[in-house]
Amino acid sequence: MTSARQFCTFYLNRLLFGVESQKIQEVVTYRELRPVPLAPPVVSGLMNLRGQVVVVLELRRQLELPERPLDMTPVCLVVRAVGGTVCLLADEVGNVVEVEDGTFEPSPETLSPRLRSVILGVHKLEGQLMHVLDSERACEIQALSQGQASGA
Amino acid sequence: MNDSDDIVKEFLVESYENLDRLDRDLITLEKNPNDREVLGSIFRTIHTIKGTSGFLAFDKLGAVAHVGESLLGRLRDGELVLNPGITTALLATVDAVRQMLASIEATGIEGERDDSALITRLTRLQQPVEVPAEAPIEARVEASAAAQSKSEAAAVPESAPEPAASPSTIGDILMRCAGATPAEILRAAETQKEGDPRHIGEILVEQGAVRPADVVEALRVQQAARGQSAIDSTIRLDVALLDQLMNLVGELVLARNQILQCANRTEESGLLATSQKLNLITTELQEGVMKTRMQPIGNIWNKLPRTVRDLALSCGKQVRVEMEGKETELDKTLIEAIKDPLTHLVRNSVDHGIERPEVRQAAGKNPEGRLSLRAFHEGGQVNIEIADDGAGLDQERIRNKAVQKGLVSAEQASRLTDREIVNLVLLPGFSTAETVTNVSGRGVGMDVVKTHIEKIGGTVDLQSTPGQGVMVRMKIPLTLAIIPALIVTSAGERYAVPQVSLRELVRMEGGAERQGIEMIHSAPVYRLRGRLLPLVYLNRELEGNAKARDAASADANQVANQVANQAANQAVNIVVLEADGRHFGLVVDEINDTQEIVVKPLSQHLKNISVYAGATIMGDGKVALILDVLGLAQCGGVRAEVHAHFTGEAAEATAEGACGKQKLVLFTGPGEARMAVPLHLLARLENISGARVERAGKQWVTQYRGQILPLIRVSHALEERRQRPPSDDVLALPTSEMLQVLVLENGGQTSGQQCFGLVVNQILDIVESTLEPQSPSTRAGVLHSSVIAGRVTELLDVGALLRNGESERSEVGGERSEVRPERRDVSLEPLRFEPSGLEP
Repeated sequence: MTSARQFCTFYLNRLLFGVESQKIQEVVTYRELRPVPLAPPVVSGLMNLRGQVVVVLELRRQLELPERPLDMTPVCLVVRAVGGTVCLLADEVGNVVEVEDGTFEPSPETLSPRLRSVILGVHKLEGQLMHVLDSERACEIQALSQGQASGA
Repeated sequence: MNDSDDIVKEFLVESYENLDRLDRDLITLEKNPNDREVLGSIFRTIHTIKGTSGFLAFDKLGAVAHVGESLLGRLRDGELVLNPGITTALLATVDAVRQMLASIEATGIEGERDDSALITRLTRLQQPVEVPAEAPIEARVEASAAAQSKSEAAAVPESAPEPAASPSTIGDILMRCAGATPAEILRAAETQKEGDPRHIGEILVEQGAVRPADVVEALRVQQAARGQSAIDSTIRLDVALLDQLMNLVGELVLARNQILQCANRTEESGLLATSQKLNLITTELQEGVMKTRMQPIGNIWNKLPRTVRDLALSCGKQVRVEMEGKETELDKTLIEAIKDPLTHLVRNSVDHGIERPEVRQAAGKNPEGRLSLRAFHEGGQVNIEIADDGAGLDQERIRNKAVQKGLVSAEQASRLTDREIVNLVLLPGFSTAETVTNVSGRGVGMDVVKTHIEKIGGTVDLQSTPGQGVMVRMKIPLTLAIIPALIVTSAGERYAVPQVSLRELVRMEGGAERQGIEMIHSAPVYRLRGRLLPLVYLNRELEGNAKARDAASADANQVANQVANQAANQAVNIVVLEADGRHFGLVVDEINDTQEIVVKPLSQHLKNISVYAGATIMGDGKVALILDVLGLAQCGGVRAEVHAHFTGEAAEATAEGACGKQKLVLFTGPGEARMAVPLHLLARLENISGARVERAGKQWVTQYRGQILPLIRVSHALEERRQRPPSDDVLALPTSEMLQVLVLENGGQTSGQQCFGLVVNQILDIVESTLEPQSPSTRAGVLHSSVIAGRVTELLDVGALLRNGESERSEVGGERSEVRPERRDVSLEPLRFEPSGLEP
C-alpha cells in the first residue's frame, strides 16, 4: 500500500472520477444500445462488443447524479468485473493519472452509505479531487435497484 | 502453492478420465478374463493414481489404490482368476477412488472416511485359491527377453542412468511400483556405470530387489508413457475460450458481409477476388469453430455398461449392452444435459423392462436381455434410441392407472390408440412400477425425463410392443448455441421467440378481431377453434410494473379499453405458444420472420428478469433479446389445466385416426352460406386489396409473388350456372375494400398455372371434421353438405370451380393448363395437392 497507482479518469457532471486502470479493458465510442424493458433504471441497455453481448450501465444514475443532457454523447468504459464484462457510461474520458497513496482520503460520513460503498474516497490532485470508484460496486445492480425502489 | 494446485487439478482431470475408462475396462475384462492387454491397462491406471496420490500426500487414496493394485497384480501374474466377486470389489475400489477425488476437488482433502472394510475385502481376495508354483527359470527368460526389447525400444536408461532424473526411467518406475528402494537402484546404476553391460532391470532382478514380472510391467509402463507422448495430439481447452472464439467468428462474419457489400460496388478485381477468398475462409472458420464444441455421444455412453452391470446384478438379471453410433457428435452442453435422462432411461429398461432370466426363458427368449443404444443424425437433429427386448409396457395397467389418477377420463382412455396409451407415462405424476425399488420408480419417472429433454428443445417418444420390448426415442437438436427462432417486433424493438415453443400464428385484420378477442372480466381471451386462448400482450408485459400493473388496481374497464383501442387501430398478431403444456397467445406488434440465431447468455445483472432467456446478435450487428416463453407465461399469469390439452388433443387425434378426419378451412360463400375446402389444398390465406385486382378479359386477376394469380369468385362461380351471361356488375372491379382470398396450390400440375385464388366473403376458421356426406349436393360446384362445427356446411368442389375458371379463361384466349381433373367426384385426390406449402 505504498507504491503509486494508475487510475483511468473520466468526468461525470463535471466531477472527476477514477477507476484503477487494470480494471478497464478498453474505452469504446458510444453506439446505439438495445434497451431492456423491465430492467432496473440503471441499465441503459445491451451493446454488441465484438460479438459479446455486454450490459451497459448509466454511471450517472448509479451515482445518483442528474441525468445527462440529451445533446451530450457519452463514452463507454468497458470494465472487467467479477460477474463478467460490464460497460459503464461516462460523459468524457480524462487522462491516465498516477497517484500516491498519501493523497488519498476516504469519503466523508456526510455522503450516503450507499454512495460511500461505491465512492471509496478521493485523491487530492492539484486543483481538483478525483473520486475513486470501487469498480466492482459500480458494476453491481442488486444493491442499487433496491435503493432506488425504496427511494421511489 | 499455485503450482501444487495446478498439479492437483491436472491429477483430478486425468484421474476422472482414467476412472471412466476403468469402469469400461473392468466390464470388458469380466467378459474376457484372459485379456492381458486390458488387465495391463487397468493395472497401469490404478498404479498411476496410487503413484500420484503418494506424491501429493493423499494417503487414504494411496492406501485404497495400493490394495487395489496388489489385487490386480495377482490377477495379472495369473495367481488369481477373475470372478464376479473380484470385479465387484474392484469396481467398489473405483467408486471409492472417485468419491475421494470428488472430495479433493470440492474441499482439497480426501475427507473423513473409513475404507478399512474395503481394504480388508481387497486384501482377503488376494489370498490365492491355490499357491501357484512360480517357475524361476521361466521368469528369468522372460525378464531377459523383455530387457532385450527394452534395449531396442528405449535409449533413455542408458543416456540417463540416474534413477530419479526422469519419471520415465525404468528405475523410477520400478521404485514406484515394485517396491525397489532408491538405494538398490542406485547400486544397480553404479554397477552399470562400472561397465556391466546388462540393463538396470536385469541387474535388479539378479540382486533380488524386484521380481522379473515387475520389470516386464515397468517396461510396459515406460513404453506406454513414451508412446502416449508421441501420439498425444489432443490438448485440453477451456470452453470459455471456445465461446470467445465463436463470438469473434460471428463478428468476422458480420465484417465479411459488409466487405462483400462494398466489394460488389467496386470495379477493382483484386478487391473482389480477395473478398471472395475472405468469404470462403470465414465460412470454413465458422464451421471449424462450431465443430470444436462437438463431442461424441460415446463419452457418456461409456459409463452406461457399468451402470447396467451393477443394476443387472442387483436385480438378478442378465443384460447385454449394444451400442451403435457412438461417434455421433453433439454439442458439449447438450451431452451434459442428456446424461441424467439417459441414465434414467437405461435404469428403467433394466429394472422394469427386461425380465428375469427364467421368465425370459419361459417366454422363449434368450435368457440374456439386450439393451441397445443407437444414435444417429437425421434432419439436423440427433436421434437417440434406447431399446430393450423386455416385456414391453402393460397397456391395460397404464390405462387403468391413468384413469385412476385422473389424468384422462375413462371414456377418453377407451378411445386412445396403443401408442397414445404408451405415451401417457410421460405425463407428470405417472409411474407404473407397483413396487418402488431403490433403483427407479421413485415417483420421478418419465415425466422428468421428458421435461429435461424438452428443456433443451428435444422430444421424447415411446414405442412399446407387448412381449418384445420398449423403445424410447429422443430427438435432440445438434446444438443449443444456435436455435431457430421467430423474430417479432414489440414497441419498435425486435425479440426472438424460440421456435420450439411456437405452435401457430394467427393474424386478424379489419373487423375480425372484435369478434375474436373477448374479455373474461379483465383478461383478454381469443377463441381459437372453439377453445379459449388466454392472451398476453407483449407490450404490456414489457412495460411491466411501471405502468399497467403498478397503477394499484388497473381496473377492468381500463384494460378492456386498452385492448379495444389497440384492436381497433391495427391488425392483431397472435403468436400461439406452448409452455409447460399450457397454451397462450402472445400479442405482438409485428411478426418479422424466422431465423437461426446464436444464443448468448445475459449478464448476471439481468438474469433475474424471467422474461428473457438470453440475447442474440442480429444480422445487422444489433442486439435482440430472446424471450423465455415459460417466464413470459408466468409473468402474464397464464394458468391453464396442464393436462387438458394433451388429453384433448389425444382424443381428437384418436378420433381422426378412427374415422378419417380432415382439416377444413371454413368460410362464408354467397348468401352467407357456410362452405369448406380441405386445408391441404391451401397454400396461403391472403388479404388482397381490391385496388390490386386487375381484369384480363372476363377474369379477375392479381399480381401475386411475381405471378398472375387468377381469382375465382366463389359467389360468381356458383351462381354463374344459373344466370348466364353474367351481368356487367359481376364483372366490375371491386372497390378498395379488402378481399379475403384462399390461395390454392395446384402442385400436381406440371405446366401452366401453379396457383389460383378463391375469393370468399369471409374466412371463418380451420376445423377438423369428417368429410362424410350427410346430404347430397344441391347445386353445381358443391360436392355435398355436411354438418361441420355444428352448422350445415357445403364442401366446395374445387375441381369443378377450376374447370369453370379454365373455360372462362379459354374464352378470352388466355393461357390454359393441359391437365384437368376428369372425374366429377374429385374428392380432390386427382389433383394431388401438397399441404407442405402451408404457412402457419
